[in-house]
Amino acid sequence: MTAYSTLRFDAARCTGCGDCMTACAVAKTGSDDPGRSRLRVLPGNTPGTWEAAVCRQCGDPRCVSFCPAAALAKDPETGTVEWDGAKCVNCLLCTVGCAYAGIAFDAAAGHVAKCDHCGGNPACAAACGEGALEWMTTARIYNEVGQDEDLFVPGLAGCQGCNTEIVMRHAMRRIGPDCVLATPPGCVPGMGSVGYNGMTGTKVPVFHPLLTNAASMLAGVRRAHKRQGRDVLAVALAGDGGASDVGFQSLSGAAERGEEILFIVIDNEGYMNTGMQRSSCTPFGAWTSTTPVGERGRGKTQDAKNLPLIMVMHECDYVATASTAFMEDFYAKLDRAIAAARHGFAYLHVYSPCTTGWRFPAEKNIEVARRAVECNFVTLWEFTPEAGLRFTRDPDRPRPLADYLSALGKFRHLGADQVGHLERHLAENVKRLRGLAREPAAA
Amino acid sequence: MHSHYLILGASHAALSAVAAIRMADTDNALTVVAKEPHLPYSPTVLPYVVSGRSDPARIALADEAWFGERKVDVLRGTGVAGVDPVLRRVRLADGRELFYDKLLVATGARPFVPPVPGLSALPFHVLRTLDDALALREAARGARRALVLGAGLIGSHAAENLAKAGLEVTVVEREPRMLPAYFDARAAAIIERRFAEHGVRVLTGATVRTAERAAEGCRLGVENGAGWEALEADLLVVGAGVVPATDFLAGTRMDGNRGIPVDDDMAAAEGIWAAGDCARVASFYGGPPVVGGILPDAVQQGRVAGQAMAGDPGRKPYAGAIPLNTYTFFGHQAVSVGVQDLPGAETHRCGDPAAGRDLKVVTRDGRLAGIFGIDWPFDGGVMWELILRRVDLAPVMDRFLADPQDTARTLMSKLWR
Repeated sequence: MTAYSTLRFDAARCTGCGDCMTACAVAKTGSDDPGRSRLRVLPGNTPGTWEAAVCRQCGDPRCVSFCPAAALAKDPETGTVEWDGAKCVNCLLCTVGCAYAGIAFDAAAGHVAKCDHCGGNPACAAACGEGALEWMTTARIYNEVGQDEDLFVPGLAGCQGCNTEIVMRHAMRRIGPDCVLATPPGCVPGMGSVGYNGMTGTKVPVFHPLLTNAASMLAGVRRAHKRQGRDVLAVALAGDGGASDVGFQSLSGAAERGEEILFIVIDNEGYMNTGMQRSSCTPFGAWTSTTPVGERGRGKTQDAKNLPLIMVMHECDYVATASTAFMEDFYAKLDRAIAAARHGFAYLHVYSPCTTGWRFPAEKNIEVARRAVECNFVTLWEFTPEAGLRFTRDPDRPRPLADYLSALGKFRHLGADQVGHLERHLAENVKRLRGLAREPAAA
Repeated sequence: MHSHYLILGASHAALSAVAAIRMADTDNALTVVAKEPHLPYSPTVLPYVVSGRSDPARIALADEAWFGERKVDVLRGTGVAGVDPVLRRVRLADGRELFYDKLLVATGARPFVPPVPGLSALPFHVLRTLDDALALREAARGARRALVLGAGLIGSHAAENLAKAGLEVTVVEREPRMLPAYFDARAAAIIERRFAEHGVRVLTGATVRTAERAAEGCRLGVENGAGWEALEADLLVVGAGVVPATDFLAGTRMDGNRGIPVDDDMAAAEGIWAAGDCARVASFYGGPPVVGGILPDAVQQGRVAGQAMAGDPGRKPYAGAIPLNTYTFFGHQAVSVGVQDLPGAETHRCGDPAAGRDLKVVTRDGRLAGIFGIDWPFDGGVMWELILRRVDLAPVMDRFLADPQDTARTLMSKLWR
């Protein structure tokens, strides 16, 4: 199995200009009549909105099943549903099979026509100046790492819909087996990565330091291996509580000394493994079991500590923030962090929505992670001493914060004053980061 | 020999079931029994084999590699002699016996030959198998005058191809119009006019009463409203419809020529499923069950049956048959989705019959029940989905009637993109 590249239509960005249709018609028929386009942009139900009808290159294409002449077939290499004009008998049954209007009769051509992705360089996407049509290569990650070994055992005891498990498995898949892993107390060992009854839950050497000494133990592990001439990556998968509160002394020390460590903090904004207590990374206003909501309590009364920014101030070789809703970005940063950990301290801060502790449905995890970024609750950036700080996702024009807050039970009680405080704090945070950024944000 | 899954038949329903089974169960043994020695093909492509448009060597829907990848044993060139549902055993025509846990009957249909005195003694052609198509193609080369019984899809396609091959063609249809299953009188009149323009004589409302040999080949006595007429030809094609090919079920309670009754999982009996042209299924619109006999339904039913047989937890029950088809004739396109009429339905009509264009939309309670067009652009598959989902068109009805294609595409984008 492979995953394929595909065309993505983002209705919110489409202006209905029709350039894509003209480009398609020119590329496919030589005519500039948009009516000949194999992609059709249509007015939506509400004025000013637009929709697109185009072949989805289905995984189980019904047009292919309905073709009596074997003229349609899905190319296993590219994923494109290909039409063979020499075999087609023009019976139009394929058009009945498609519920997406992806294949239709082209009267001028005298036969059916469908999108063929222009052989991997679609003219429509190239012509779209709004970013509404994109040739998506997200699936490249799957193609790249899908065959890599998962370095955790199959049955980890995370909560249903756990985001941290996703972070762990993806990170270790990329890091590979030549490493020693430290998992200080928290959800990561709690769900079984350190194992049960003398068996480890990983397929790499793993140990369970104290909350206080993960970074210092890893520093010794890396140095000892290096002295013996082995290039073994020292990796921590730590929670935000362990890193920002109890373990901060050893973390700060190792970073300041430039120890060669890849320190990944999985930030679920509290001590979720032990009963959802607040940590210094818990945001203002959030409910936790130690910042309760009741007659007087209205959630946490302090703002979250900006741990990744504190790590920037350590002048680490690499610091970045990431989110599982933006996997390409996550993988790109993992690659740079892994490389940096061979010559200095690399710190990767991954936001990890917690279905249990934040109180939202398990299936909404990635959606929550995405909204956090889109509302600027979480910003995506990276830092190196040479290049400085750089946004990897533009924080301009964020979604309304309410889109994020309303998705989470832990913010349900917030009053307007608390929302206002959060909004000011987030705006201040973006402003501060922008002040540190040396170059304009990536598109 | 024993196979966990046993599929009788190897066309659309069977192949669709194979794919569905293997999505859910990659391991258990699966055997397909194909009556013909050829690789699987579609009966729908046969008129194009006759016309020469399709190369018989390039019409296979699946090859050995396709079956190999899915770990399917294929027994080709052997029919089925009988089924014992109690012992779960199938007897093949060549004497072999196969035991199964789960059986799918997807044997399709065979041509119906009307009970006209003398007809069975005459040499005539049907068009259901590849061998039929090759024989008809060969016969057409030497023939001069052709008679086609039946103006359904097979008869109409055959008539057009024979006319294009230079034969003098007459079509005899018992119903008062061509393609009665898919088009009403006004639309059929447009199709009939195209046939007339191309020199094909179409006799509708005409019944063949006698059949006998004549000097040229055959002579048929045809009765229509106006009286009797004797028609002679040196090539006779019978395209008078099909009946389910389930003779081997004689003696079981699935016996009979009216199709195997199935539920919405395509289950016919304990351990037995049926799909495609041999299955009798519920109609989407209610009323008595029907034998769909169309390619899209065969694909859908085969999929449901395969999912049910493999216990696929993601399966959805069969939604009920909706008549739909496409018909291209002399370079024109006709698409028919849904039913022509329902109690309480409204009919909306536009088009330009003089120019050969027509559109008929049937709605009930603001929901689409049927849409029929000739040279009128709309997406049959989108319309089918609108019917299946019972989408309320009332808020956009005017737009829908003025521009069914784009309006339906907009609805699609909102509802199931």
